[in-house]
Amino acid sequence: MLDILHDYGPLLLIGQYPQGPLGGLALTIILALVSLIASFPIAICIGLARTSSIAPLRNAALAYTYVVRAIPLLLLIFWTYFVIPLVTGYNISGTVTMVVALVVYEGAYLGEVVRAGINAVPKGQVEAARAMGMSYSQCMRKVVLPQALFNMLPSILNQFIMITKNTSLAYLIGTQEVTFAAYQINNQLLTQPFQVYALLAGFYFVLCFSLSRLANWLERSIERKRAGVASHRTNSEAEQPVLLGQAK
Amino acid sequence: MSIFNGFASLLQGDYLHAFLGGMALTLELFVISAVLAFLLACVLMAIRLVPGRATDVLVSAYVEYHRNVPSLVQLFVWYFGVPQLLPASTQNLINDNGGEVIFAIIALTLNAAAYVSEDLRSGFRSLPSGQTEASRALGLGYVQTLRKVLIPQAIWASAPSLVNQTLGLFKTTALAMAIGTAELMYITRQIEGETYMTFQTFAVASLFYLLGSWAIMLCGSLLQQRNQSRMAR
Amino acid sequence: MIEFKDVNKWYGDYRALHDINEHVSAGEVVVVCGPSGSGKSTLIRTVNRLEEIQAGNIRISGEEVHGSRKHLNTLRSRVGFVFQQFNLFPHMSVLDNVMIGPMTVLGRSKADAANKGRELLAKVGLAHKADAMPLQLSGGQQQRVAIARALAMEPPVMLFDEPTSALDPEMVGEVLQVMKDLAAEGMTMICVTHEMGFAREVADRIWFMDAGQVLERAVPEVFFTTPQHPRAAKFIADIRGH
Repeated sequence: MLDILHDYGPLLLIGQYPQGPLGGLALTIILALVSLIASFPIAICIGLARTSSIAPLRNAALAYTYVVRAIPLLLLIFWTYFVIPLVTGYNISGTVTMVVALVVYEGAYLGEVVRAGINAVPKGQVEAARAMGMSYSQCMRKVVLPQALFNMLPSILNQFIMITKNTSLAYLIGTQEVTFAAYQINNQLLTQPFQVYALLAGFYFVLCFSLSRLANWLERSIERKRAGVASHRTNSEAEQPVLLGQAK
Repeated sequence: MSIFNGFASLLQGDYLHAFLGGMALTLELFVISAVLAFLLACVLMAIRLVPGRATDVLVSAYVEYHRNVPSLVQLFVWYFGVPQLLPASTQNLINDNGGEVIFAIIALTLNAAAYVSEDLRSGFRSLPSGQTEASRALGLGYVQTLRKVLIPQAIWASAPSLVNQTLGLFKTTALAMAIGTAELMYITRQIEGETYMTFQTFAVASLFYLLGSWAIMLCGSLLQQRNQSRMAR
Repeated sequence: MIEFKDVNKWYGDYRALHDINEHVSAGEVVVVCGPSGSGKSTLIRTVNRLEEIQAGNIRISGEEVHGSRKHLNTLRSRVGFVFQQFNLFPHMSVLDNVMIGPMTVLGRSKADAANKGRELLAKVGLAHKADAMPLQLSGGQQQRVAIARALAMEPPVMLFDEPTSALDPEMVGEVLQVMKDLAAEGMTMICVTHEMGFAREVADRIWFMDAGQVLERAVPEVFFTTPQHPRAAKFIADIRGH
């Protein structure tokens, strides 16, 4: 395996750059970051919609969430990849497809995280803010969201780990991230599939395991910070939303 | 060509047959993996309970591998990688008997078992320690305590997470298409490739997954309601 | 200044407020007391529409509280509310808590809000805690900050919903002192409280409530010595019995 790493390291790490577009693990990380950041505004809108008092808004967000959570991410990717060109007439690259599909997907899941975060802020604070004369938007911006998002950081990080693993599906639409790179290497070597794919697994493991350790540490520090201040919620399960059917 | 004409032609004859075959295999993968995963998770729990750090580390390593490596890559390791390690006769045996399905089930089962065992573990940890004490004080033995008092409660406590995993497993079966398993996603792509009726074929597949997932979610919430009224907390 | 006319509220079949017809004049301090579940908190929360009413109306300086929601935020900014659970914003410092109302709602500049904030914190005896985080303070200190926060909006009327009920006994006094000072300055106040000593000292009138109705309204001397309504008499006797 060390030989493979030695010979094909660059391919796995950065794809065919500079002879081609950036690929490999670098593309994996970029895809994941871009998707997380781009899905954030949508997730906040969905989270706000789901906790809003305006029924049509609430129901629309609910419908969106329940549809996206019910189909495999793979199907969503195919929808994006094949149907958008049909509808708009533009052919879009695999990378763009992945980002769009992941953004739609994460809009629902991250939206759930935001919703749980908003609900976890004690109602008394909302009352205090509204009693002062703050509007809904001022109350959300200054009081609820800052606290909700901070408390949800571990969950957001967990979602990022999920997104990173989900980028492997880009392989199936020919995007040259790290799984595709491994496939290319295997096609060249032909006689060492186990080593190649074990190496691939190793790359993901190191990346995701480190991130999950970070998430654990974050969760513990937030718990410590809150436990030090007579919070009536002690079970972190209450905060971490049980997210229905995440693709792994 | 009208969209609705397309649907009609898809839902009859050979195409219908193919779709149904794909759905059947999806359900087969799902049910078999779900059952095996649960059993394996229980075994993992039992291993963890054996005193000593070694077992803990072993199971943790298993769980962390399966939680940090994408399911797709796990499938590849099994389907492309493992056969290399097996003797040629075994390889041939597997290939002749639907290797894709076998490896898909293996990969899905091991993957799901990791998550389920963690959920069961959380379920166990959420039980008040008073339960064990009360049970032993009444005179029940170690195994009896587990069987009659702890395990049933742990399962009820982890029920919501278990429903999640079930839902996740149902959708993850779609990844098996990447190793050639002829489940619904694979069939859908095939039919789409033949008929170019992209929208309609994907719509059929989406409908199947939507209905399946919502059925699982519905069972989950019914279970939750029954659970809550049972415990009357 | 505050008028209740034929106010009624139901939770489903349960009648929480029953034909409330009352009046609070400017500069008056009204204490609302009564047994648990009498509707006192519900009543005070209808004044700034934290609770809805199904019949009747409530007016503050002639303005309808339960009409259209268009000017509700403005109206609320003119009514200070102090909660039993303080409800300070934990992610902001004490001074920021006091500043946020004037800055966000009244559009004051940061400098103005900060000056006013420090003044008010000094008034409640907590100038030295301006940069502390709320959860580092004791309950009594937090409630005093909450009062300062409400006062920062310069409201003509202050509402207190059981402000000392969540405090350990030794901290009740410091909060009541702030409230007494406020009353002495002529603030219009409605206080829901169990602190009868405070009521006797400071209230201009006492409303006794039970089962959603105001059963008696009287000045403290009369209320505590010769209550008219039998349930009021029982209430006073029960309190004395401790």
